[in-house]
Amino acid sequence: MSVLTLDAASRWFGNVVAVNGISMTVGPGITGLLGPNGAGKTTLIAMMAGFLAPSAGTVTLDGKPIWRHTDAYRTIGLVPERELSFGYLTGRQFVRANAELHGLPDPGAATERALATVEMTDPADRRIDTYSKGMRQRAKLASALVHDPAVLLLDEPFNGVDPRQRMHLMALLRRMGEEGRTLLFSSHILEEVEQVARHIEVVVSGRHAASGDFGTIRRLMTDRPMQYAVASSDDRRLASALMTEPSVLGVALRRQGGFDVSVADLGAFAVRLPHLAREGGIRILELTPSDESLESVFAYLVGGPA
Amino acid sequence: MNPTIARLSAQALLGRRRGVVLLVIPALLIGLAVLLRVLTDADGGYDAVLTLGYTLALPLVALLAASAVLGPEIDDGSIVYLLAKPVSRHVIALSKFVVAWLATLALGALPLVVAGLIMDSGNPRRALAWGAAGALAGTTYSALFLALAAVTRHAVVAGLLFVLMWEGLLGGLLTGIKWVSIGAWGRQVGYRFSARLDDAFLPLSYAVLAALVVTVGALWLTGDRLRSFTLRGDE
Repeated sequence: MSVLTLDAASRWFGNVVAVNGISMTVGPGITGLLGPNGAGKTTLIAMMAGFLAPSAGTVTLDGKPIWRHTDAYRTIGLVPERELSFGYLTGRQFVRANAELHGLPDPGAATERALATVEMTDPADRRIDTYSKGMRQRAKLASALVHDPAVLLLDEPFNGVDPRQRMHLMALLRRMGEEGRTLLFSSHILEEVEQVARHIEVVVSGRHAASGDFGTIRRLMTDRPMQYAVASSDDRRLASALMTEPSVLGVALRRQGGFDVSVADLGAFAVRLPHLAREGGIRILELTPSDESLESVFAYLVGGPA
Repeated sequence: MNPTIARLSAQALLGRRRGVVLLVIPALLIGLAVLLRVLTDADGGYDAVLTLGYTLALPLVALLAASAVLGPEIDDGSIVYLLAKPVSRHVIALSKFVVAWLATLALGALPLVVAGLIMDSGNPRRALAWGAAGALAGTTYSALFLALAAVTRHAVVAGLLFVLMWEGLLGGLLTGIKWVSIGAWGRQVGYRFSARLDDAFLPLSYAVLAALVVTVGALWLTGDRLRSFTLRGDE
């Protein structure tokens, strides 16, 4: 049982703050690190894996700083997002090299065990440059598992993996979490994270936006007013009519035409909007959800509706 | 010394296009020696060919070998697979050095001896003296260029500038540079074996000690840089 602890960890590159004062504890079980692209997930994992020094704060594994601490890799297994570039090796040679570098007493047996765990025994004698994306991902996972690490860090493990192999990878991660390993993986897709992780940490723009089990995060993301952009033949009249509706929380006119409406009850709004328009003789020219993108969902989590 | 790292480095060295270039350089040198041997009198061009081999081919081979065992892995980040292991960073540096060093000896220093023997088979001592000079300078170059590859992504350009400007042009113009020129240190060792080589006018012990200090220092620096290797994402 190992615990990763971040205490007010920050990392900046020149003027750009990639990670801003994040404190979290990652213990046994599966933790999902959720955030949009560019949120600082890779930077955070690099710090947890000892491949980046925190600019401020500390990142420790069982109380010891990880940066420049070579022995930490007896405990940590890392699956980087970076593509495998040892194309000239076979899968088996690659995993075996990893086993040897760990100084395992029986690297051959460890290699076969890791290959069997990720179900890569059959294609293991093919060169890595002939592998599909999913196979490479599993070869990377086998290389990270070869020394049976207590902590496993995975950066975007499902990226570019086809759905069938994704299911397989997810089942694998769940099993390892149940075995009591401390497992953290990053993703920018909520559905992906909640299928695997019990506990979710949300990171947005380098800041720690939310933390909790997937139910908590799901509620934070769905039980929120929804934003729509409306354009019509008479914006002011339609807007004032909408304000009388209980399903509507607020309306803001746009200077360049059209207006934004904040909706609490989508069902009622969907019924009342066409009614109001027909009663007033107003034509609706455009109706689009303006916050369906993940970024605005995250923006809501961080600082309320934009 | 870690055999797994050394094996992977050797595969990286031989498995890429750089491996071919590494063979072309000594082949050209030996080809030139054969050509001059056939076309000219007894001693014609001996010093020119060996000087070319020593001041250009040898450091180039060392530069290509040293950057091939480390540079690509750092550039594409795949070195994290080697570094995410409880292996001393100085052992990794040493293992990679040994591979680059052996390649430099075989493809940089040994061809000097071969070229010398081809052009003047009656004086093996003279050829071996060039080989000794090449071995010492090649060792130092390999370590220095390995450290360069660990410090900067522009190791090949920086190394080329060092070889051409510092060791070549300035070393020829400013005699004081001999004190800090790897080529001059090696030459001094060669002169010890055969007076047919130019005397660099340095104390022999200084030349050997300086080469040793640079080699060890460069290896230590390489290990230290690997210990601080930073993985940067796309963000």
